[in-house]
Amino acid sequence: MELTAGSRWKSVVCDTEVVIVRPPDAPRILACGGTAMVPVGSDAPAGSLDQALADGTQLGKRYTDEGSVVEVLCTKAGRGTLTLDGERLELKGAKPLPSSD
Amino acid sequence: MDLELLLSMAVSFDDARVAVTGPDGTSLTTGELEAAAAGAATLVREAGATRLAFCDTNGLAFPVALFGAVKARLPLVPLNYRLSDEQLGRIVGDQDLLAVASPELGERLRRLGVERVLESSAFLASARAAAPGDEPTPVDPDEVALLLYTSGTTAAPKAAVLRHRNLAAYVIGTVEFGSAGPEEAALLSVPPYHIAGVMNLLSNLYMGRRVVYLDAFRAEEWLERVREQAVTHAMVVPTMLARIVAALRQGPADAPSLRTLAYGGAKMPAPVIEEALRRFPHVAFTNAYGLTETSSTITVLGPEAHRQALSSDDPEVRARLGSAGLPVPGVEIEIRDEDGERCGPGAGGEIFVRGEQVAGEYLGAAGGGDGWFATRDRGHLDSEGYLFIEGRSDDTIIRGGENIAPAEIEDVLLAHEAVEDCAVVGVEDEEWGQRIAAVVVLVPGATVGAEELRAHARAHLRGSKTPDEVRVVDELPYTDTGKLLRRVVREQLVGTGPSAP
Repeated sequence: MELTAGSRWKSVVCDTEVVIVRPPDAPRILACGGTAMVPVGSDAPAGSLDQALADGTQLGKRYTDEGSVVEVLCTKAGRGTLTLDGERLELKGAKPLPSSD
Repeated sequence: MDLELLLSMAVSFDDARVAVTGPDGTSLTTGELEAAAAGAATLVREAGATRLAFCDTNGLAFPVALFGAVKARLPLVPLNYRLSDEQLGRIVGDQDLLAVASPELGERLRRLGVERVLESSAFLASARAAAPGDEPTPVDPDEVALLLYTSGTTAAPKAAVLRHRNLAAYVIGTVEFGSAGPEEAALLSVPPYHIAGVMNLLSNLYMGRRVVYLDAFRAEEWLERVREQAVTHAMVVPTMLARIVAALRQGPADAPSLRTLAYGGAKMPAPVIEEALRRFPHVAFTNAYGLTETSSTITVLGPEAHRQALSSDDPEVRARLGSAGLPVPGVEIEIRDEDGERCGPGAGGEIFVRGEQVAGEYLGAAGGGDGWFATRDRGHLDSEGYLFIEGRSDDTIIRGGENIAPAEIEDVLLAHEAVEDCAVVGVEDEEWGQRIAAVVVLVPGATVGAEELRAHARAHLRGSKTPDEVRVVDELPYTDTGKLLRRVVREQLVGTGPSAP
């Protein structure tokens, strides 16, 4: 899967959609609820949610893996857990951003 | 990531949250904004133009036009109504536009050759009544979202090309989604043709913070609006802040709701920010430096840095009150000398910037390169990476072969208690190439002679940086967005421009 910066992906087992904020530098599998995600706008048959990977995603939150290889932003919430090559993605620490707006 | 997605996320978060309040007090929720944008897209598609222009002051029609253009998959072209007919005519002349404009500006655009013009309030009403079209395919982030003309203070305006991915990168990189409580409100008084006007709207929408529009700036009206709308955050340009603090010399701020005041768009004179910090002791001040071509802010001087600078013993920390702060996440800053080599701390040169939000592309000129954008601003970094802006490269004075930054002399003159505002420019000189001319506005009631000011400058700077002449004027020429018109200052000095007061 081409996890390029700005590309949008959707879960086939729940409503989750994400956008890639920081892309991995090597081919990886981004999955949600146990099944590989597909590009937003593509048709894919619905699968079933792996109940062991059903922590849910939150709208507007960023998720990243332990090694910060990838960072994604959740653009639509859903019931599945995001994983990168099987490793669970965690909520990125909410560090206060120095904004001018 | 694109602007349509950004709006739909805001709607999913809370479709009943008020997104914008217009100058007349009427509002649109996020849900209403999205519905109106869908209707606007139908109108825009029906008109058959390739770009949507917006030529009016701040109001509800602007966000509807912005997102209507997004949904119609066309670039939005906000137009600076302060440009001359010649400049505006050149901009609209070769474009296939549908324009949304006030009645007067619509008339002007028609005279300049724009055939399809919709009056703003009629556009708004029709957009709200129109049926949405079919959902098109998702936005390609590389599509152009905005064509924004640079301010043209040093050259003819050029259109900066800003794509969805540039604008979205700025928003998601610098603010936290849904982080604003429903009681928050941001007062926006910069016009819609200013990049800060666009980005502030987008950032606030993403945070869930209501935007309150002011369509014409007056200090008293600004203060009234802050109180009446319980504004928590405000964004101004330095000339506005100068007028606000002047108004506060008559009476206290009485703005208990105000939490943050952000400023940018031009250099902030030290006396103005120092007085503002005293008159708004409980407000967090933020300085933002950025360009149209970089989707606005690339460096920020935060509230703690402001207060620390005021109270610190360390001269380097104190000096930071005059800095533009540190790069925002995702942005790299470099200073390069004339040979294009990277400079170390303290060394002045041209400011270069790189990052996903940096578009650095103009209409009619190929973009590309290694991603580094030359800002044409001069500056330096201090030992901890704080950026100091010295001024536009074009404004550098070359006197007797020496490069002199006007800002350095301006800062010294501003430190004199009788000086309220000043501009230092180079004037053609047979002996020196350029000589240094300082034009000053005095504090009301103050008197000071040219020689005293020259002596003051000489006491703080090298002899070669002492102004050769000092002239006192009633006011300096600024744009609506707070940028000093140095070209006009120069013209007035040599007597070829509009006569100085």
